[in-house]
Amino acid sequence: MIDAFRKGDFWAGLALAALGAYIVKESLGWVYLGEDGPGAGFFPRWYGITMVFFSLLMVAGAVLKRDPASARSTLNWSELRRALGCWLALVICVALLKVLGFFIAFSLLGWFMIAIMFRQPQRIALSVSIGGALGFYLLFSWGLDLSLPSGMLF
Amino acid sequence: MDVINGLMQGFAVAMTPTALAMCFIGVLLGTVVGVLPGLGPPATIAMLLPLTFKMEPTGAMIMLAGIYYGAKYGGSTTSILLNVPGESASVVTCLDGYQMARNGRAGPALGISAIASFIAGTFGVVALMLVAPPLAKLSLAFSSPEYFALMVLGLAMVVLLAGESLTKAILAMLVGLWIASMGTDLFSATSRFTFGMTNLLGGIDFVVVAIGIFAVGEVMANMESSEPAEMLPLPKGLRNLMPTWQDMKDCRFAFVNGSVLGFLIGVLPGAGSTIASFLSYGVEKAVSKHPEKFGTGVIEGVAAPEGANNAETGGALVPLLTLGIPGSGTTAILLAALVLWGFKPGPLFIEESPAMFWGLVASMYIGNVMLLILNLPLVSVFAQLLKLPGYAMYPLILGVSMIGVYTASSSLFDLGLLTLFGLMGYAMRKLHFPTGPLVLGLVLGDGMEKALRQSLMMSQGDIAILWQRPIPAVLLAIAVLLLVVPLFKKFNAMRVQVIDQEA
Repeated sequence: MIDAFRKGDFWAGLALAALGAYIVKESLGWVYLGEDGPGAGFFPRWYGITMVFFSLLMVAGAVLKRDPASARSTLNWSELRRALGCWLALVICVALLKVLGFFIAFSLLGWFMIAIMFRQPQRIALSVSIGGALGFYLLFSWGLDLSLPSGMLF
Repeated sequence: MDVINGLMQGFAVAMTPTALAMCFIGVLLGTVVGVLPGLGPPATIAMLLPLTFKMEPTGAMIMLAGIYYGAKYGGSTTSILLNVPGESASVVTCLDGYQMARNGRAGPALGISAIASFIAGTFGVVALMLVAPPLAKLSLAFSSPEYFALMVLGLAMVVLLAGESLTKAILAMLVGLWIASMGTDLFSATSRFTFGMTNLLGGIDFVVVAIGIFAVGEVMANMESSEPAEMLPLPKGLRNLMPTWQDMKDCRFAFVNGSVLGFLIGVLPGAGSTIASFLSYGVEKAVSKHPEKFGTGVIEGVAAPEGANNAETGGALVPLLTLGIPGSGTTAILLAALVLWGFKPGPLFIEESPAMFWGLVASMYIGNVMLLILNLPLVSVFAQLLKLPGYAMYPLILGVSMIGVYTASSSLFDLGLLTLFGLMGYAMRKLHFPTGPLVLGLVLGDGMEKALRQSLMMSQGDIAILWQRPIPAVLLAIAVLLLVVPLFKKFNAMRVQVIDQEA
């Protein structure tokens, strides 16, 4: 049982079972079958129930399946840190768009990824990130006449 | 006769300067994304889709389709030179292609790959042109129950063939259905799963989910490691790229095998080009006079899978255009593109939009010729792309993703959703959940619910309508069999394993 706690499938199954239960709960508040036929709750109720069933099956599989190799395998924290670091940088970039606008926010994202995550020299980081942002403006905003997010500053 | 007239009309559309330019841009971009590991056609098409909203739809579709089949050509370059598949369909090419390159035959491997791709790709387009119109006429008899059953069968096949775990594939598909039902229900005006947010009343834009799952998720997965693969030297000059006459003779059956098998697998929803290439490699090995040499660098081992994954493209467009049922993540995005431009892929598509259908078919003939020219003499130029460092590529992909989402809706809220779906795409990769069923569930979810509800309205709530009519009954029976048999087999295998361990 303790081995199951180390498996991603166990936790993913639990999360999906919770999602399925939430879908079923919400669907109970909508019309299931009305005078005109099935209502808004009909389809979600069925796929919600199916989701609960299969996610519990996955949890059961993670608990019952004896898979020593899988239980021994641990997460590579360094890889995970890099991927989540990149994601967090993107989240901050999106959050800053309203204030800084696309040009500055994207340049900062590019600089962070190149200089901090890939440990490239500042010269390369600045030229690629600012050059990339400038290229996007030239291609999309100026060339294709598409609007890019603008902020209070730019 | 109709086919010839249609094709003539198609060439009139595809030979205009704009259409030719769009075709060239599409196949060029396709080759580039095929060459670059870590950037696949679904991500590229999803990112570029919003940018095509202001374009003329036929030209835009020609470009997006060009990316789709162009990537199949480019994917082999990385497989042969780096032993890293540029896209999933080129995995099998690594087996013999890389070995040929190690034996100093990288040139003929790349050459035969381009030639097989051209032959099979062209065969796929011919077959598409001949099969699609009669199939569309046949499916005119389809009503809501038939469509519902067809979508269930499509999803069942995608789920069945999506990955090693059937349960995970089903769960991914169900999450896709859930995302599809977010927003206002058009039958009853009920808000569903909006979490009280007005931004979600219109539902979640397909583009946001597709770009998040494919592009952002892929960048995050690639960011885990920064170690570049080692590339084998590429021969210079066209003469060194051309296979010998003996090579061509050895590949005669591989060309036929790849073309026919690739197309047939393509027509089946869910099977996809990876399975097509694996199967044709297996058949090639099975009929070979020297099966033991496969994996050591035999040229048929490159020609068969490369041909199959290109012929599959033509096959995959058959159900997409005539039934409105996509068979993979990439074709699901193409379906979304057609719907967003106001087209209705389905039985009446060829009749209602002949310029789009025949223009696309004709452009694929032209595109295949362009790709042959691009991939034979210019392969060394594309190979240089492999030297493009990740630190320059990944921020740019994120930039294009953000622009793609913002262009579609001008909404910063959607950009926030993009980050969430990016994280979801990464988590799915880490936990080995296939992404294809999710995207297909999302694309088909709305239509599937509509078809089911319309069917039940037709029968005044009697669900038996789904098995009282012959076509839906057969389709649903096949879908149930497809899903139930492996579950029992798996349960049995698990049971046997447990018993063995107890003993």
